[in-house]
Amino acid sequence: MSSAELGLVISVFLACAVEAVEALTIVLAVGTTRSWSSTLYGTGAAAVALAAIVVAIGPGLTSLPIGALRVVVGSLLLIFGLQWLRKAILRSAGVKAKHDELQIYQRESAAAAGAAEARGGGFDGYSFAISFKGVLLEGLEVAFIVLTFGSGQHRVALAALAAGVAVLLVAAAGVVARAPLARAPENAMKFAVGVMLSTYGMFWSVEGAGAHWPGGDAAILAILAVLLLSSLGLARVLRLSIERAAIPAGGPVATSSTARQAGP
Amino acid sequence: MKLAGQVLAGSWEFVVGDDWVSAAGVLLTVAVTALVAGAGVAAWWIAPPAVLGLLADSVRRAAR
Repeated sequence: MSSAELGLVISVFLACAVEAVEALTIVLAVGTTRSWSSTLYGTGAAAVALAAIVVAIGPGLTSLPIGALRVVVGSLLLIFGLQWLRKAILRSAGVKAKHDELQIYQRESAAAAGAAEARGGGFDGYSFAISFKGVLLEGLEVAFIVLTFGSGQHRVALAALAAGVAVLLVAAAGVVARAPLARAPENAMKFAVGVMLSTYGMFWSVEGAGAHWPGGDAAILAILAVLLLSSLGLARVLRLSIERAAIPAGGPVATSSTARQAGP
Repeated sequence: MKLAGQVLAGSWEFVVGDDWVSAAGVLLTVAVTALVAGAGVAAWWIAPPAVLGLLADSVRRAAR
């Protein structure tokens, strides 16, 4: 497996794992509160719809000339990746609230318990609709990443395989834990996905535009390092500026405990 | 027509999100890269500082 393919697999796997953790929370909340069978039907229907999207669009994309494809796919990935990265930086700096799977689970469970009961104890439309919608919405981002990443290297099948493995692993973890995966380092994973999407997006859009990176594919590692360090730096600067703004005008009282907290 | 509008709006929201300035900046960066590369001049160096600038500006605006 080449380094570019390895990057594809890691990026798609991480992106899919993050979205699967979020979808799992919804599925668990509705399934445990109402009806497992209807919830699983909804989940399965959404998975089929997502697979159909990838199968319908994937072959058409890979038949396009690689130069034109990379400029379009690269630009889309870069725009999309910068969104992920910006949100991850804001969460890391404390500006934006982090995803709390336990809180979301409790909220979804309360909503499911409060909804109208299923008639006749059979098929539960609420469970089906909520799980279908939740899995489809979370999965659309994965489908987008599979299609763009996969088509950029003409390896849609490999990207889809990485996504499938991630879903299976998260589902297995959910079955074992029987609870939302609240301890998964979601923001760190989102940070990594944002950096990877932006890296490949920048690499492909520049190549597609007719320019050539010095060192060829090896430039991917350099772009990745620059983006990662810059993003971590941005998060740190933002966190420090927020902490500074929170200190009262007279400055902190110089006790031993505040001195420890204000350390480097 | 209404459905097509909804699909377009959904696609815009999905890819661009709430920061159209960064999206426009990315497209401008790629266009400038293509123009410079088309003139036979090395153009790979344009994107990295442009993208980092766009990211920093996007974070700054969101944090305000």
